[in-house]
Amino acid sequence: MKINEKLDIREILKDLDKYEPRRRGWTWRKPVENLDMEGNVYSDASEPLKNSVPLPAAKYFNNIDPQPIQVITSEIASGRFEDDIRRMRMAAWHGADHLMVIRTAGQSHFDGLIEGTPQGIGGVAITRKQVRAQRKALDIIEDEVGRPINYHSYVSGVAGPDIAVMFAEEGVNGAHQDPQYNVLYRNINMIRSFVDAAESKKIMAWGDILQIDGAHNANATAMVAWKVMPELLVQHAINSLFSVKAGIKKDNIALSTVPPTAVPAPDLKINLPYAKALRDFFSEYKMRAQMNTKYMETSTREATVTHVLNMMISKLTKTDIQSTITPDEGRNVPWHMYNVEACDTAKQALIGMDGLLEMVELKDTGFLPKKVRDLKERSILFFEELLQDGGYFQAVEDGYFIDSGIYPERNGDGISREINGGIGANTVYERDEDYFAPVTAHYGYNNTKQYGLKDGESPASLIGGSTFEDRSKIQYIDELDPVDNVNTRMAEKEKYINSNIVKPEVEWLADGVIVIDVTLPTSVRYAEAAALEIAKKMNLLEPEVIHREVLHQAEATRVQVKGKVDFDINLDELTLAEEPDILSDKEIKEFLEDRDIKIVAGTVGEDEHSVGLREIIDIKHGGIEKYGIDCLYLGTSVPITKLVDAAIETNADAILMSTIISHDEVHYKNMKKTHEYAVEKGVRDKFLIIAGGTQVTPETARKQGVDQGFARGTKGQHVASFIVKKLKEK
Amino acid sequence: MIRRATRIDDIEKRREHLNDLTDEQLKARFWELAGKTVDPLIDLAYKNTTPAIERSVVLRMGFSSIEAKDIVEKTIKHGLISKGAGHVIYRLSQLDKISIRDAGQALINNKGWDKVKKSFEVSS
Repeated sequence: MKINEKLDIREILKDLDKYEPRRRGWTWRKPVENLDMEGNVYSDASEPLKNSVPLPAAKYFNNIDPQPIQVITSEIASGRFEDDIRRMRMAAWHGADHLMVIRTAGQSHFDGLIEGTPQGIGGVAITRKQVRAQRKALDIIEDEVGRPINYHSYVSGVAGPDIAVMFAEEGVNGAHQDPQYNVLYRNINMIRSFVDAAESKKIMAWGDILQIDGAHNANATAMVAWKVMPELLVQHAINSLFSVKAGIKKDNIALSTVPPTAVPAPDLKINLPYAKALRDFFSEYKMRAQMNTKYMETSTREATVTHVLNMMISKLTKTDIQSTITPDEGRNVPWHMYNVEACDTAKQALIGMDGLLEMVELKDTGFLPKKVRDLKERSILFFEELLQDGGYFQAVEDGYFIDSGIYPERNGDGISREINGGIGANTVYERDEDYFAPVTAHYGYNNTKQYGLKDGESPASLIGGSTFEDRSKIQYIDELDPVDNVNTRMAEKEKYINSNIVKPEVEWLADGVIVIDVTLPTSVRYAEAAALEIAKKMNLLEPEVIHREVLHQAEATRVQVKGKVDFDINLDELTLAEEPDILSDKEIKEFLEDRDIKIVAGTVGEDEHSVGLREIIDIKHGGIEKYGIDCLYLGTSVPITKLVDAAIETNADAILMSTIISHDEVHYKNMKKTHEYAVEKGVRDKFLIIAGGTQVTPETARKQGVDQGFARGTKGQHVASFIVKKLKEK
Repeated sequence: MIRRATRIDDIEKRREHLNDLTDEQLKARFWELAGKTVDPLIDLAYKNTTPAIERSVVLRMGFSSIEAKDIVEKTIKHGLISKGAGHVIYRLSQLDKISIRDAGQALINNKGWDKVKKSFEVSS
């Protein structure tokens, strides 16, 4: 795989019937003690990647891309797994090594495995073919980035054990499994759920699949999220201990834990004691820090800040897997760029807080331990009453869970399910004395003695091995639906597959979606209507307001509108902006060796910015001084006349004018004035005029009469190269 | 929504018996109660089976999801699920000295059920 080539999805879909996963089980990152990257020393970092996209500011740090110690999750499930594969590659390059696929709506009520590749709604139809395709793609992607990638989905619903078998066979690395989730949120019969769960967990243990529980959903569901904290400890304990008893090792059991509240509540005062109480009680288990979604609105900025605060709790306590909720989840099914942004947010925040606990520690007196103790006691009291009242099933029927009171307070609004009700009720059968199952990783009573097996002998030996011993026995189904499948979907997008015809996209190839960001000087209702009208005038199809923000009730409203374009762009017909033409340091130095080159420089107009220009000039920033160019720096807010006059006086070869302020195009106006003043003085051909600034476009700059414009990201080398080339021409 | 009994936060009264426990004792108490809650659940799973568990067994014996679903549904219909659907297939393969795949195919084609039932002494 070449890094500058697109993944060939058709190639990935080829020969899937023969695909074999390269490994089983979960992989953690490899910590590196005191990792040193360009003189930056990290306490909690892991092995760097072979290929990645560093954070934007990394360009000032020689493009280093330190990776946190935590596994980073990205949830990718747009409904079309073939497009998700491309997004997985993007996420992996931004630091994700745990790719989680949400299931399509309704899969948890599907009694058996789904086969083929039907399109999903709000998630992906998880099938053997889809799993193989994505796992195969991740094999390619993990080789490319140089770090193993964990693939993850869900073992729940009324076909949990079926799915667990398929996942174990196909090398799936992680899965959600928690019977309480079925019971409370999917109304699946509780007896059925727990009996199924033991089998699922035993199978997952064989597959070395890391388990994540479902307790965080209580937080997202409860009317007053933080009040379920004592109950969350109980839910985590029930699933964790049940898993251990079913055979999963503690190292493979991760608690899905969410900071229950968010700002404007005092975030850390509530979330930190909870996180501490949980980690005290569950010290032997892994922590998967989920982010708060309960209070997620359409502001991606607000969601990002919430998530950074969540990660501060991760760093102040302990986290093995850091989840990344995409900041756009409050407004649409997540889009490509938000998966990437979320991964970057996690990487930036976790690396930013590197070594935090070497500098601060949690107090063991006062508010924090008092709160921690309070939560622990409440959870114990919850268990005591649950046992007194007849155990778990009775408690669920009595509405113990998801009550909006902080236990022992009760508001009587919990979720209640009947012990013998729900989907799959009355489908649990007692095993007879001669019950038998000739397979590996089967939980519970299994009379193998009737066929002469001794204790410890594999039941599967009686059939010459199950699929777990002999994968050639797996029956692969390709497609069942002749219309609703990946081949049909891709045929419809033929024009855009690996071609030079492009269309904007946010989730699916050529979906055509773009967003416009509009600020209007009016109230919300008018702004919304006006923004939609603007979108229509721009010929956007299906325009829809996805975000609104009051800047002031009367003065202004910000609105974001999404819509579709119905045209595409042929890359072959484009004229590309010129790339900076750079000479090597050696070439520049050789040319300048026996020449005395002089420049005068300053920030022109009423403009006090100096940093950018200093970086172009100063030797310590790698500026043009290092080539031996003599620089006369006149400072900031320099009148253009002074700049030109100085150039004349010193017989300079070039003027370097910096123009940062761009309000009312003043930067271009100043370029024009400088050029015209030099013409007026009759010296325009004596020196070069070079203009630079964050808002400068080279083409537009040249139109003002200057020799060249330089934009954001310019280095001394670029400017020196230009000067040398121009002098060579003379 | 059915509203149930409400109760004010009476934690101060309820926690009295926990007051003297150290943090370690508190943790031990928590896990002891968790164990008491979970034990009957795991015991239930030990003694029982479900259609999904049986399908997962049949899958592991080398059948497709479609075949597994069919075999398990027929196993329930014939009153044999308490023996295990995988057991039914295995028993027929033993009785007829045929492969596991062939036994499963026969059962899908509604063949062999009477023979299996007879061998398990289950009435039709």
